[in-house]
Amino acid sequence: MKLLQSPAVRVGLSISIATGLYGVSFGALSVTSGLDFWQTMALSLLLFSGGSQFAFIGVVAGGGSGVAAMGAATLLGMRNGIYGMQINALLQPRGWLRFASAHVTIDESTATSTGQTDPLEQKRGFWTAGLGIFALWNLFTAVGALAGAALGDPKQWGLDGAAVAAFLGLLWPRLKGREPVAIAVVCALATVLAVPFVPAGVPILVAAVVAVVAATIGWLSHGRSDEGMEPDVDPYTGHHPARSAHHPSGETA
Amino acid sequence: MNLWLWVLLACLMGYAWKLLGYLVPASLLRNPRMSRVAGTMTIGLLASLTVVNAVASGQSLALDARLGALAAAGIALCFRAPFLVVVLAGAGAAAGLRLLGWS
Repeated sequence: MKLLQSPAVRVGLSISIATGLYGVSFGALSVTSGLDFWQTMALSLLLFSGGSQFAFIGVVAGGGSGVAAMGAATLLGMRNGIYGMQINALLQPRGWLRFASAHVTIDESTATSTGQTDPLEQKRGFWTAGLGIFALWNLFTAVGALAGAALGDPKQWGLDGAAVAAFLGLLWPRLKGREPVAIAVVCALATVLAVPFVPAGVPILVAAVVAVVAATIGWLSHGRSDEGMEPDVDPYTGHHPARSAHHPSGETA
Repeated sequence: MNLWLWVLLACLMGYAWKLLGYLVPASLLRNPRMSRVAGTMTIGLLASLTVVNAVASGQSLALDARLGALAAAGIALCFRAPFLVVVLAGAGAAAGLRLLGWS
């Protein structure tokens, strides 16, 4: 009962339900794309990365080759490597735990964890979201693959709307101050502009590159100026997740 | 049987990416500059994921009931609603708008 008082556990459980239920959609679409039940389950159990899984079945459904499907899924999985770096630095799992945490390193578990400032909450958030989504995602993949068309379109239940809301909910607490808002707006714009021109999933990587460039320009300008002299610095450190921002005055030490 | 090979290879490559991130020394990210980059990237990725889920439909842009979900979630967040309420508001808005006939 005490665990339910933890904000990270509550966010983790909410996002597990919101995301896990969407496994129905994956299961149903996968079998109609031409994969069999066990191939569908293999993707959810072993690949376990929604974007990559949808990319794989999307290519197969479009008549693409197996190697193209694998390529698309692999390209989309790249961002999980970035998440892995972040989670490793935050939680520093040891031994076999490291291999387990790598497997449940996805958008939602990383976002739940990095949204917390307290190290214990970061850990709770990561494992609640990671294991919760893993369990529900696989359960509902099976339901979708078995029941398929009988369930109807998951969109009619608003599950895609739930995903939108969940990501906005994870982003929201970070938008304290001018600089994070500017970064979010620029990355969102870059994504929208990239969508029509590159394969699905790549727009997210484009946004990652834009963010890195923005951060790099940020520290170069900080490096040149003296402490407290920066013209466009926001005093948002107090509201911000500890890992997400360092006040420039702290960097000069 | 051929498709099985690509399914399993995709799974292997997907896990390899995840594990690769864990092999980067943690001390690198504890560097304040690197953690600044990581923090900025988190904001960028979340903004991007929000937008992709709201308006992307494969390789095209679509303005549909998901925009209603985005707006409902934004309103809920302005009123400091708990996370689950935000998610339910998004789902309810999308389902409701579709019931009313807006894709």
